[in-house]
Amino acid sequence: MFDDINDLYQQVILDHCKKPRNFHEMPQCSCSAQGFNPLCGDNLKLFLTLDGETIKDASFVGSGCCISKASASLLTENVIGKSKTEASQMFERVRDLVTTGNTTGDVGKLAVFAGVYKYPARVKCAILAWHALIGALKGEVAPVSTENEQT
Amino acid sequence: MSLTPDWAKLRADFPILNQQVHGKSLVYFDNAATSQKPRSVIDALVHYYEHDNANVHRGIHELSNRATNAFEAARTRTAKFLNARSGDEIIWTRGTTEAINLVAATWGSKHLKAGDVILLTEVEHHSNLVPWQLIAQKTGAKIAYIPVTGDEGTLDLSKLDSLLTSQVKLLSLVHISNSMGTVNPVAELCAKARKLGIVTLVDGAQSAGHLPVDVQAIGCDFFAFSGHKICGPTGVGALYGRYEVLETMPPYQGGGEMILSVGYQKTEFKHAPHRFEAGTPDISGPIGLHVAMDYLDAIGRDNIWKHDQELANYAYEKLSALKNIRLFGPKQNRAGLVSFLLKDVHAHDVVEFANTAGVALRGGHHCTQPLMHKLGVESTARASFYFYNTKAEVDVFVEVIKGIQKFFT
Repeated sequence: MFDDINDLYQQVILDHCKKPRNFHEMPQCSCSAQGFNPLCGDNLKLFLTLDGETIKDASFVGSGCCISKASASLLTENVIGKSKTEASQMFERVRDLVTTGNTTGDVGKLAVFAGVYKYPARVKCAILAWHALIGALKGEVAPVSTENEQT
Repeated sequence: MSLTPDWAKLRADFPILNQQVHGKSLVYFDNAATSQKPRSVIDALVHYYEHDNANVHRGIHELSNRATNAFEAARTRTAKFLNARSGDEIIWTRGTTEAINLVAATWGSKHLKAGDVILLTEVEHHSNLVPWQLIAQKTGAKIAYIPVTGDEGTLDLSKLDSLLTSQVKLLSLVHISNSMGTVNPVAELCAKARKLGIVTLVDGAQSAGHLPVDVQAIGCDFFAFSGHKICGPTGVGALYGRYEVLETMPPYQGGGEMILSVGYQKTEFKHAPHRFEAGTPDISGPIGLHVAMDYLDAIGRDNIWKHDQELANYAYEKLSALKNIRLFGPKQNRAGLVSFLLKDVHAHDVVEFANTAGVALRGGHHCTQPLMHKLGVESTARASFYFYNTKAEVDVFVEVIKGIQKFFT
């Protein structure tokens, strides 16, 4: 019945959406940011613990569709241990990946999002957590919205 | 009640419905967002641009006369569609949203002052919330709400009398809730309001094309609807205003068409409805809408309503038999839509999966964020029906929902 959709809902994505990793609040975090997608009401909060320039720990809470939840879960796994600069680079790679299907450099497990570009309405779901990451790294106070995303 | 229509024959009037989406026959269940258009409406737009296109109310030439006549005939037709007393009570707008904004901006700026209360309900669409918030900020008026009971989406009228204080100047409410499918008792509420001298507005976006509407029987001062939800083109809608109320209102926008005479310092305005229509309007829109209204009334809106309700009850019954589903909206007297949530499956995922099976649903907050918040959800998935939909399509839809549940277990 749903033959066409496997390129979007890959097994890894389904797994992370059903069992999100690092899914908890982090009261002692160094910084955090809220991501909000006004189109669908997806809302998540991302927490980071920094050790100097390095992201020592990452977690998130919130609610959203399968794609946005899996994206946030995989983000936390991906950025732990990275420097702030490396994490920002990864944001750019993921953004390229979900908007065009291609990217430069290794994105690891995040390659499962390569099919998202075929579903333009879902790009915002996949990128929401990454915007929150950038917001948290910049220390932005206002919630980060996906509304300005150029897709 | 008019004779039972040949629904299959009517469906064939809609060219767009005869197509495959992702290799499956299209099941269009997003009619509360916008309806499809019959061939006759599409042809009317083409005919207008191929034969009669000219600006209205300006020219002496033949084409301008034709365009003006067709434009004004559509106004008279709209008055008949709503059982208004005359076309002078019909103002063209871009749709329901602009109609409500017009009332808020003009009637509101003239009649509202600090301490006054605008009474709304908790099920309103953003288009019947935000315009009032804007005018409330400007005038110092306050907004109060008739509460909603819960998942059924019906109004809790037990507190109505205490809400109808002497400060209430306006009651604005939706006729049929776009996210719940509730049919509100608008005539009863407008009658109560009128006795207290409260001006009333009914948001008819979901009702005008689905059941017979009689603004005099409802007893409202304003009624707003959109053309595109009733088989007409996008970009046109209408505001009905009781003439006595319209004449108390200042203009909406300034420009050509709405003036009697203009000086460098002072301008005299036309009477309603032209006072509220500045600039060259959408001309093809009302002309297409005219054909749409003829089309609907040939079917009979009483028949359409019966068909809507049959499909909605059928879908509701079938979905109720599923496990792990939360259904919204009233159990009795449901309008032609079903709003629901599957346990542990986000509405957007439901809609995405349905899309690959050729079924067009809506998922989201349906522009009723405060209501979603009150119900403790971010979004719902919604199937909304019209007369060209069939029980066989509901069967396809329900199978798809079952498939989604299976996929996510």
